[in-house]
Amino acid sequence: MVMKVLSADHAVAWGVRLARAEVVPAFPITPQTLIMELLAEFIYDGEMDADFIPAESEHSVMSVAVGASAGGVRTFTATSSQGLALMHEMLYAAPQTRLPIVMANVNRSLGAAAGIWAEHNDSMPERESGWLQVYVEDGQEALDMTIQAYRLAEDRRVLLPIMVCLDGFILSHTVERLELPDQRAVDDFLPKFAPQDVLDPEEPKTFNPIVPPEYAMEMRYQLDRAMDGASSVVAEVDSVFASSFGRSYGGLLEKYRMDDAEYALITLGTATSTARTIVDELRAAGKRAGLIKLRFMRPFPHEKLREACKGLKALGVFDRSVGFNRFGPVFTEVRNSLYDLKIPITDHIGGIGGRDVTLNDMRDIYAALERSTENGKVRPVTWHGLRGVQR
Amino acid sequence: MSEEMATIKDMPNNDYFLSGHGACPGCGVAIAVKNIMRILGPDTTVYVPASCLIVFSALYPTSAFRNPFLFTAFENTGAVITGIKAAQRRRGVQGNVVGFAGDGGTFDIGLQAMSGAAERGEDVLYVCLDNEAYMNTGIQRSGATPFGAWTTTSPVGKVRQGKRQMKKDIMDIVIANQPAYAATLSIAHFSDFIKKVDKAKRMKGFRFLHVLTPCVPGWKTESIRSVELARLAVETGMWTLYEWEFGEARSTYRPKEMRPVTDYLMPQGRFRHMSKDDLNLLQRWLCEKWYYHYGHEVEQPVCHINHEEKPMHFDGDPLHGV
Repeated sequence: MVMKVLSADHAVAWGVRLARAEVVPAFPITPQTLIMELLAEFIYDGEMDADFIPAESEHSVMSVAVGASAGGVRTFTATSSQGLALMHEMLYAAPQTRLPIVMANVNRSLGAAAGIWAEHNDSMPERESGWLQVYVEDGQEALDMTIQAYRLAEDRRVLLPIMVCLDGFILSHTVERLELPDQRAVDDFLPKFAPQDVLDPEEPKTFNPIVPPEYAMEMRYQLDRAMDGASSVVAEVDSVFASSFGRSYGGLLEKYRMDDAEYALITLGTATSTARTIVDELRAAGKRAGLIKLRFMRPFPHEKLREACKGLKALGVFDRSVGFNRFGPVFTEVRNSLYDLKIPITDHIGGIGGRDVTLNDMRDIYAALERSTENGKVRPVTWHGLRGVQR
Repeated sequence: MSEEMATIKDMPNNDYFLSGHGACPGCGVAIAVKNIMRILGPDTTVYVPASCLIVFSALYPTSAFRNPFLFTAFENTGAVITGIKAAQRRRGVQGNVVGFAGDGGTFDIGLQAMSGAAERGEDVLYVCLDNEAYMNTGIQRSGATPFGAWTTTSPVGKVRQGKRQMKKDIMDIVIANQPAYAATLSIAHFSDFIKKVDKAKRMKGFRFLHVLTPCVPGWKTESIRSVELARLAVETGMWTLYEWEFGEARSTYRPKEMRPVTDYLMPQGRFRHMSKDDLNLLQRWLCEKWYYHYGHEVEQPVCHINHEEKPMHFDGDPLHGV
C-alpha cells in the first residue's frame, strides 16, 4: 500500500491500471482528459498492458468499447458532457448485449449555455439507458469505485455496464492524498475477466440480431430484473472491498448521523462534503440534522432509502441539474420512492453550470428543512445561489 | 496457408452465409456476401450495421451466418470492428474481422468511423456493399446514388428529375487514408472477385473492398438481370475494376471500348425518365472518369462516345443557365 497525491481523474486512471483493463478507446473532452492522458502514458511506457485506441469521436469510442467487450476483454473508457451525449445511441447497445463496460463520466454541464464546469445534466438523462450509475464524493472513492465497478459489472448476476460519475474540476482536477491499493490485493479482489459469451470463431454466437415484438419484451424484462438484482450485489461488493482494503462506502447509499435525525438532506457527489460540514455544525448546536449520500442512481435504492428516511419530519433533496418541469431528477426519483411515507420533501437546486455550492447554501437548506418541521409549510423547489427574484 | 485463389474453380464449396435468408431473388448483396464468406471461411467474425443485410440475415431467433456475428447501429462499422479485432488479438484469436456496410453506412453516416479505422491502420476488412441508395428503408438517395437516378427522395418531379449530383468517389476517400489495400469488385467478374477477396483475406492492415451490388426493387429491374447489369456497369464505365496497393492504382479488367451509358441505364426503371441533356451530362462525366482510371494504362481502352458539347453544371440547380 502506497500513499499518493493525485487528482481524482488520475485516481480513476490508477484504478483502471490496477483493474488491468485491456482495451481503452478514448476521445478527448475537458475535464476527462487527465484520465486518458495518464492511461496513454501508462500504456506507452509499458507499465500497463493494454490497447489504447484513439477513436475519432465519442460515438466511435463507445462502438469500439462494445466491440471489444463483446470480443471478451475488460474495457474502459471515460467521457463527459457533450461526449456522453454523442455516445447516447451506443450506450443502449451495451446493457442489452450484457457487456460489463466501465466508463468514468466526469460530470460537466451540457450546452447550450455551454460551459466546462460541473453539473449533472449530462449523466442524469442516461438513467434510462440500462447502465448502472454511481456518483463519488472524493478522489479515493473515485479510485476505489473504478476497481469495484469491474467486479460489480462482471458479476454474472449483473452483467451490465457501469458509469462512475465524478464532478468536473471540483474532483477531476483537485489533488488529494490517497491510498493506492496494492496490485496483488486488487488481483485477488478482481479475478481475470472470464465472460460466458464471446465473439469467437471457435464457438460462433450471434450477438444482437433484430428482435421482433415476440421476443423483445422478455429481453427488456430480464434487463430490468438484472438492474434490480444488482442492488444486493452492490452491497456484497462493498463489504468484500471493505474486508480487503478497509474502506466501506455503505453500498447504494451512505447514512451520516441519521440515527435520531428529524430532518435530513439527500446529496450526490461533492455536495455531500459541504453538507457533512453543516450537519456537524448543527449537531454541535444540539440540532437533530442528518445526511443521506445517495451513491447509486441506478440501481435506485428504493428500499434502502425508505428505511433510511423512516421517522423523518422533513427531507430535502439537493439537485445539481434541472428537469425543466419544476423539479430536478433526483427529487423526482426520491419522492417517487417515498410517496406513501408522508414526509414533506423539498427540492433544492444548486451548483448549476458549475456555480459553487457554498457552506451558506447548505446552512440555508438545513434552516429551511428545520422550519418545515415546525410549521409544515414548505416551498416545493428552491434554487440556491440564484441571483434575482425567485418566484 | 492454403494456395492462392485465381479463378472461379478455386472457389470453396462451404457456405458460411446460408440459404434461408430473407433477401430478394437476384439480390446483389446476398450474392456478394455469400461468395465473400465462402472465401473468408470459418475463422471470420462478422459485423453488420443497419442495412438490408442485417434485416435479411439476422432476425431473432435465426441467423444466416455460421460465424460469430454482431450488430449494433448504423454509423459505426469502422469502430466496432476495431474493438472486436483489438479484443480478439489480445485473446489470441486468429482470423479476420469483417464489417459488411452498405453505401449509406459507408459513404454517408458511416464515413467518419470508416475513415477513423482506416487512418489508424486497424487490421480489419471493410466491405462496402453498394446498391446505390438506402434500399432497406425504401430506396432513399445516398451519396452513392448515380446522377439522374430516381429514388423516393430524388423523385421525378415537375421542376427537378432524379438525383442532381454525381456519385461520390468513395475509393478516392479511402485511398486518401493510405490503407493496406483497396479494391473494387463486381459480381459479374468472378475470377477478379475471387482474387481480390482472397488477397484481402491474406493481408494485414486496413483493407477495403467496394462491391457494386445491383438491387432489383431499388433499380426497378428484374431478378435475372443483376449479374448482367453488373457487367454492363463495367462496360459503360459506370463501375471500374481496379485495386490500390503500395501507393498505386492498377486496373484489373479493361473493357475493349466504352459502351454508351444508355446500354446500362435503359434496362433500369430508375433511369428511364432521364432527359437528353441529363444523359449527355452523365455520359460526359463518364468519359472523364474513364480517362481518370484508364488514362495512365499502356493499353488504353478508348472512349469513342460522341456527346454534344454543353457546359457542365454539377451544382444541383435544375434551373441552372435558365
